[in-house]
Amino acid sequence: MITARRLGRDFGLKRVLRDVDFEVPHGGFLLVTGPNGSGKSTLLSLCAGLLAPTAGELAVEADRGEIGYLAHEPLVYRELTALENLDLYGRLYRVPERRERIGMLLERFGLWEARRERVASLSRGTAQRLALCRALLHDPRLLLLDEPYSGLDHAGARLLDDELDSLVGERTFVVATHAPQRVEALATAALSLA
Amino acid sequence: MTYLGDVFALARKDLLLELRSRDTVPAMLLFVVSTLVVFHFALPSEASATAETGLLWVALLFTALLGLVRAFVAEREERVLDGLVLAPCDRSAIWLGKVIGVVAFLVAAEVVALPAYALFFRPVGWELVAAVALADLGLAAVGTLLAAMAAAGRARELLLPVLFLPLVIPIVVGGVGASATDDPGRYLAFLGLYDAVFAILSWASFEYVVTE
Amino acid sequence: MSTSLRNNEHVVLAAAAGCLLLAGTSLAFYWVPNAPVEGFRQRIFYFHVPIALTAYACFGWAAWKALRLLWTRERRYDLESYTAVHMGVIFGILTLVTGSIWARTSWGHWWVWGSRQLVLFLVLFLFYAAYFMLRYSVEPGPRRANMSAVYTLFGVALIPISFLAIRLAEDLVHPVVFTHDVQNRLTGSQLLTFLVCLAGMLALAGSLYANELTGKRLDARLRELREALQ
Repeated sequence: MITARRLGRDFGLKRVLRDVDFEVPHGGFLLVTGPNGSGKSTLLSLCAGLLAPTAGELAVEADRGEIGYLAHEPLVYRELTALENLDLYGRLYRVPERRERIGMLLERFGLWEARRERVASLSRGTAQRLALCRALLHDPRLLLLDEPYSGLDHAGARLLDDELDSLVGERTFVVATHAPQRVEALATAALSLA
Repeated sequence: MTYLGDVFALARKDLLLELRSRDTVPAMLLFVVSTLVVFHFALPSEASATAETGLLWVALLFTALLGLVRAFVAEREERVLDGLVLAPCDRSAIWLGKVIGVVAFLVAAEVVALPAYALFFRPVGWELVAAVALADLGLAAVGTLLAAMAAAGRARELLLPVLFLPLVIPIVVGGVGASATDDPGRYLAFLGLYDAVFAILSWASFEYVVTE
Repeated sequence: MSTSLRNNEHVVLAAAAGCLLLAGTSLAFYWVPNAPVEGFRQRIFYFHVPIALTAYACFGWAAWKALRLLWTRERRYDLESYTAVHMGVIFGILTLVTGSIWARTSWGHWWVWGSRQLVLFLVLFLFYAAYFMLRYSVEPGPRRANMSAVYTLFGVALIPISFLAIRLAEDLVHPVVFTHDVQNRLTGSQLLTFLVCLAGMLALAGSLYANELTGKRLDARLRELREALQ
């Protein structure tokens, strides 16, 4: 589903990624590890199509609407409520039966009570749950998750475990994290950036 | 139809954000009225009609700039713009939705500014209203594209005016001409031409500004 | 091999520019008869107008390269477009300077708002100076290349629109239009001198463009090598 050959990316004079090779088949799970600043987030942005490679090749066999991207930032409007944000994204992603789908996700991630609160007033962990809802909203075939467990409490992390367990194998994953213990068992391949 | 649906949803979101925070429109209103008062003192008492209309246009231009500088503030927080760019909708819908929002804010400011101008300086004719309406479209179309560019730069508050002003000089020519001469038709047609050329150009090129 | 060939081409182009400009200058000063009204001082026409046309050519070339960049997404077009704008701005400034000298000799003022060419080049100068601001404030990379290209394309739309605007503004603010008495009816010797000067200026711009581009490419290559060594 994703093929990278000698992939590289510069920011100005700074070379963040160089000569990265990997392949993720349909239903695969690539675990990307590495210290801070090693280019994990850049790699996911490249796969999502937000950035273009400055060297090498990258082929992603998924349309924009089939990719679920969880970034370091939640990618939602701070002054809108959780519900308003998901409704806007649901429209843009043309999610069928939008209301039902949003309601189901909010329930599942324990956000139903907080659905009418502005994002700015949510805690870091609650915002991360909302970000997960946003990434999963359109039931994407390819999931690009950047530090998915960051900010989540025990209960939240358990919810995410269950979610990943239910999707793994059917969906393709690229997960970047510097604490891989939690998802190691699911991974079919690993890429270590230096 | 889904295209217009996207545009509508995005524009509605901008209006909702403004209604909730009331950051931009009140500032634009106060700014445009204050500027008119400043101009009263800056103009000699026997100033011509052309000078007064000219100053009205300067006030409107800078008010638009004030709104445009804030146009992508909500999208820059939490990298929302990247979230919108990833959605499968046409990227130009993001531009068009924002343009509708900017035009709405401009009209809100002008609903106060034009009566204030009529009160302080001279009556407002239909030509002036038509010219302002046409100018709003051009200012919003070009300004939104440039604001998206400036949002990616370092000194974005400084960069936007520098990019924006040379491009909108023709709007000032058309606006002043339409409201200060006996033959407003030519100038209104010119404003329409400007709007058409730059709206099409901005619509077609927005995608390149927000993607790589 | 290809580098030395390209170097030879550079030398030929530079030599052609030198010869043509020398010939043009001699023709303009010693051969062409004085203009009926403006007399000797009208001779600056043979420099001012070719320089202005060369600036337009540079901006047009930059827009063409910008279009190619957006079309093909090949990064080399970014550098080419940037270099062309760079040359356009240099010739634009020269247009303002020669135009200002001509205005001084013809009408006694260094600046006249009634001269269309001068006003248009002032607007273009401001517009393209902002282009450099844009490039300096955005991080180098594909995004900046795209933005620069879009901005350059706006430039070619702005040129005719601004020209129209300036003509419309003349009726409005400046009832007196300043024109020179030669441009419409050139005699044979005038036309020849003008064309030689124009060819010289275009060759000069082409030569400067090629040189600057080689320099910038070398610079980028050097930086890559240095990066690779680290």
